Amino acid sequence: MQHYNMNLTLKVWRQKNAADKGHFETYPVKNISSEMSFLEMIDVLNEQLIKEGKEPIAFDHDCREGICGMCSMYINGRPHGPWQHNTTCQLHMRAYQDGDTIVVEPWRANAFPVVKDLMVDRSAFDRIIQAGGYISVNTGNAVDANATPIEKDKADDAFAAAACIGCGACVAACKNSSAMLFVGAKVSHLALLPQGSPERKSRAVNMVAQMDKEGFGACTNTGACEAVCPKGISIENIARLNREYMMAGLTEDK
Amino acid sequence: MKWSELFTSSVGKKWIMGLTGIFLVLFLIVHVGLNACIFAMDGGVMFNKAAHFMGSNAVPRILEIGLFAGILLHIVQGWSLELSNRAARKKGYAIPMGNKGSKWYSRSMGLLGTLLFLFLVMHIAHFWVPSRITGLDPVLIDGKEFHNLYGEMLQLFQGNLLVVILYVLGCFALAWHLLHGFQSAFRTLGLTNNRYLILVEGAGALFSILVPLVFALMPISMYMGWIK
Amino acid sequence: MLDSKIPAGPLDQKWTDYKGHCKLVNPANKRKLEVIVVGTGLAGASAAASLGELGYQVKAFCFQDSPRRAHSIAAQGGINAAKNYQNDGDSVFRLFYDTIKGGDYRAREANVHRLAEVSVNIIDQCVAQGVPFAREYGGLLNNRSFGGTQVKRTFYAAGQTGQQLLIGAYQALERQVALGKVKMYTRHEMLDVVVIDGKARGIICRNLITGELERHFGHAVLLCTGGYGNVFYLSTNAMGSNVTAAWKAHKKGAYFANPCFTQIHPTCIPVSGDHQSKLTLMSESLRNDGRIWVPAKLGDKRAANDIPEEERDYFLERRYPAFGNLVPRDVASRAAKERCDAGYGVGTTGQAVYLDFKFNLINKYGKAEANKLGIQNPDTATLIRLGKEVVKEEYGNLFDMYEKITGENPYEVPMRIYPAVHYTMGGLWVDYELMTSVKGLYALGEANFSDHGANRLGASALMQGLADGYFVIPYTIGNYLADEIATKPIPTEHPAFAEAEQKVADRINTLLSIKGNQTVESFHKRLGRIMWEQCGMARSEQGLKKAIEDIRQLKKEFWSDVRIPGQVNEMNPELDKAGRVADFIELGELMCLDALDRKESCGGHFREESQTEEGEALRDDQQYAYVAAWGYQSDSQWQLNKEPLLFDVAKPSQRSYK
Repeated sequence: MQHYNMNLTLKVWRQKNAADKGHFETYPVKNISSEMSFLEMIDVLNEQLIKEGKEPIAFDHDCREGICGMCSMYINGRPHGPWQHNTTCQLHMRAYQDGDTIVVEPWRANAFPVVKDLMVDRSAFDRIIQAGGYISVNTGNAVDANATPIEKDKADDAFAAAACIGCGACVAACKNSSAMLFVGAKVSHLALLPQGSPERKSRAVNMVAQMDKEGFGACTNTGACEAVCPKGISIENIARLNREYMMAGLTEDK
Repeated sequence: MKWSELFTSSVGKKWIMGLTGIFLVLFLIVHVGLNACIFAMDGGVMFNKAAHFMGSNAVPRILEIGLFAGILLHIVQGWSLELSNRAARKKGYAIPMGNKGSKWYSRSMGLLGTLLFLFLVMHIAHFWVPSRITGLDPVLIDGKEFHNLYGEMLQLFQGNLLVVILYVLGCFALAWHLLHGFQSAFRTLGLTNNRYLILVEGAGALFSILVPLVFALMPISMYMGWIK
Repeated sequence: MLDSKIPAGPLDQKWTDYKGHCKLVNPANKRKLEVIVVGTGLAGASAAASLGELGYQVKAFCFQDSPRRAHSIAAQGGINAAKNYQNDGDSVFRLFYDTIKGGDYRAREANVHRLAEVSVNIIDQCVAQGVPFAREYGGLLNNRSFGGTQVKRTFYAAGQTGQQLLIGAYQALERQVALGKVKMYTRHEMLDVVVIDGKARGIICRNLITGELERHFGHAVLLCTGGYGNVFYLSTNAMGSNVTAAWKAHKKGAYFANPCFTQIHPTCIPVSGDHQSKLTLMSESLRNDGRIWVPAKLGDKRAANDIPEEERDYFLERRYPAFGNLVPRDVASRAAKERCDAGYGVGTTGQAVYLDFKFNLINKYGKAEANKLGIQNPDTATLIRLGKEVVKEEYGNLFDMYEKITGENPYEVPMRIYPAVHYTMGGLWVDYELMTSVKGLYALGEANFSDHGANRLGASALMQGLADGYFVIPYTIGNYLADEIATKPIPTEHPAFAEAEQKVADRINTLLSIKGNQTVESFHKRLGRIMWEQCGMARSEQGLKKAIEDIRQLKKEFWSDVRIPGQVNEMNPELDKAGRVADFIELGELMCLDALDRKESCGGHFREESQTEEGEALRDDQQYAYVAAWGYQSDSQWQLNKEPLLFDVAKPSQRSYK
């Protein structure tokens, strides 16, 4: 790979706390290597801001290898930036050229209120999981792991759905701020496995109810969520959620 | 789960959109099929007979009530969803996502639907009101008297460029609306999986182009004088 | 006196006997007992969930925005279990033996045997929770092999095993939250342990959003706060991984054991420049199919694919014919360092070796697929195409990650890799019950020291975290809490809470009032450089002594010249980081002290003074078969306590992977 350095202009959303109105600020950043990750570029900017006596930009990040789901950032009109199947922490600066202007915004959705600058509160996702995103099995009473064979294709599909990292890019990208891809992925993961079937009906119903309560919008199948999902979670999972939900609604005993 | 949740939850609301949507798709098949009778080049005989059957037989008349209910439900529910979906993001982005990840018509179902609604008001005023309420001129076919709906069409479209353009635009709105709506309805109803996806998408695309095209050809043909 | 409380009796009966005789708490009393769990990774989430299920009142804390973010999620390769589903000779004893041997005979036999025993339950539990492990076409679970073993006992979910296991534990935890048994505190950082009458009774933590300090009472406190690899600045750990919770406990009387035992993982993406903020691991499982090599000729600058087979030095296969590319991590890392130090390294920095998949892609997978499809005499292009599909299924996400970071396609050109800090075997000293030297204060998972000795085998960290949380602590904590049922919850107005909170507040205010010139990050980088150079892959008396001096100097500078922007009563990530780096600096000194004390080489700890003629680590069982448990006395003053290690079953021998 050819490496190069670049100078950039960053327009970043700054907001002191949830109550603050917030605004954009423009920062020049110089001598950014094409080998840096996007967050390392922000690190450089933050070091510069601290030295100038200014407040650094607050942003969520942790593993920096694309799996923890903590990083967010809506970059130039796309969650996680321009690359397919990618998180912000794995976006590298070779995606940009000298002189580029990059606009960075936080995830926008009522259900994801801004905490500070580019950090948002995604605890709504935890509460959706609390509503039923699990298999109720206490520690210690499991049967042998090979007691129940699971068709490989089903297991693979369940894994593909379970690969969701809970970053919220689907919500950020959706024009309706819908969380259906997130919920669909979890419902699918568990519905595809025999272990998940005893709670199948209540899970779909309760998770959707919680999702609605959190203030996410409804799904209109535009596909934007799938396009920006770092893990390539398929919107087929949404169709499956719709199916699970109605089957539950129509066949519940009570 | 309460029964009401089937209609009030986000997924339930979408199910109603999907069900009414597919019902309207079925109606379009009937509608386009009947109207295509004008291409029989028989001076509207076949078309007027078909229209007469639809207007006088009890079954289509009952279905018509269902049709209006379905359209109404589709519209009201659609608007309600559009409003609540818009409200889910009070503070928007400075740089919109645009077409990065979705098609413009997928994002514009509310707008396209509203245009179709306006078209529908005009369309009902043009044809449904005269045939059911204010009355149409009679025409004799095989010695029997029929309503001359065909004549009404000719009269409307011949030499009336503005109306023809409005109808063609309506067909465009319909095409875009269907292009998203057809496959979306199947997804919403949970009727797709990877195996059927190509089938649903293919059929949807074909339907969304073919049906509006046939509809659009009607005013155009009459205006151009291809059928008389 | 260190009492490790190892039960009497034969090794394979100890845990059974313990479970049969430990004290129990009846369900009515469990409801009255409160347990604090700090950290919600594999160990913390599984412990919090299991204790909640048992009926305890649990409070769980994590500094991230959700328990699902914990760094356990990044574990790639897999989790070991002695299931012997492959019929290849595995057993509980083999797993026990491999782990003890892999750890270079510096772990406790009883703990390791228990770990091997419960490993089978973990897989059962995870499958029941819906963890989608890889499966065979028949629907049964698949296994892969990992370094340092000769059986296939590693269960996996593509290259995302840690993620899947953590999500399983996270879901179990959220279920308890929904049931009201666990109260979850996210974006909260623990900043002190409250000790009353010699027993841990609570914590002080900071709400990271508001900056407020909070007091929380618990009849017992569990630290599940992971490892401290970030002391090196660059490591495969998450940016937030830190030692603070463990360090605060240490300063409140918990011994810190074997702090210098650090695992340097052989296969990581090399450093590209000064801006580097972290290093990314490429799973050890890649060594199953990737062959490690450097050019045989010094100064060979040709592109990797242009170097013919006979001019490549597959140095691991050459030096260790029996295990080849699958030698344990410490051995592989040192071998790579040796080649690079000798000048054979590749890439722009010369600090990298090749990990090449082409051979197995063609010869192993390509040919097998061609056979399956009945293709006669397939050409190389066909073999590559067929092989690629299989490799993609096994490691697709890792290859994608590599390409994103480096811009190179590892299907076409060999990966460049170099060792990087990955895991810390050292940690808080715990007894058989996972209790630290402070009563009622426990350490689970990577935060404790107990199971991996001087080197951890691949796919064992996930196993240990879950073993501790699901299957060990639910028993051992009862043995302690059974005597606490009469203890009423202590109001947090108690002077011990007030004093602890005041100390925390004072320290934060001191940090903010320095208003110096250097950023926290710059101090962290400097600490990392000292540690990597002197306390990294090779350590010497001279170097360690210098490091200790340098660190003391750095500490002085830090406390007089650090610049922390922002206020105390708001979200202030720089302030959070400053507190963590301050603790890392103190820990770094202790690590060097421990490394200095241990004049032998063992596992990941390589003292240049102690090596065989062939450059292998040379242990000294006569003098160093002990756990070094350091007690904090005062600033830069520690007292060394030694817990002798006795090997009744796995008799120490020089490790050989030849």
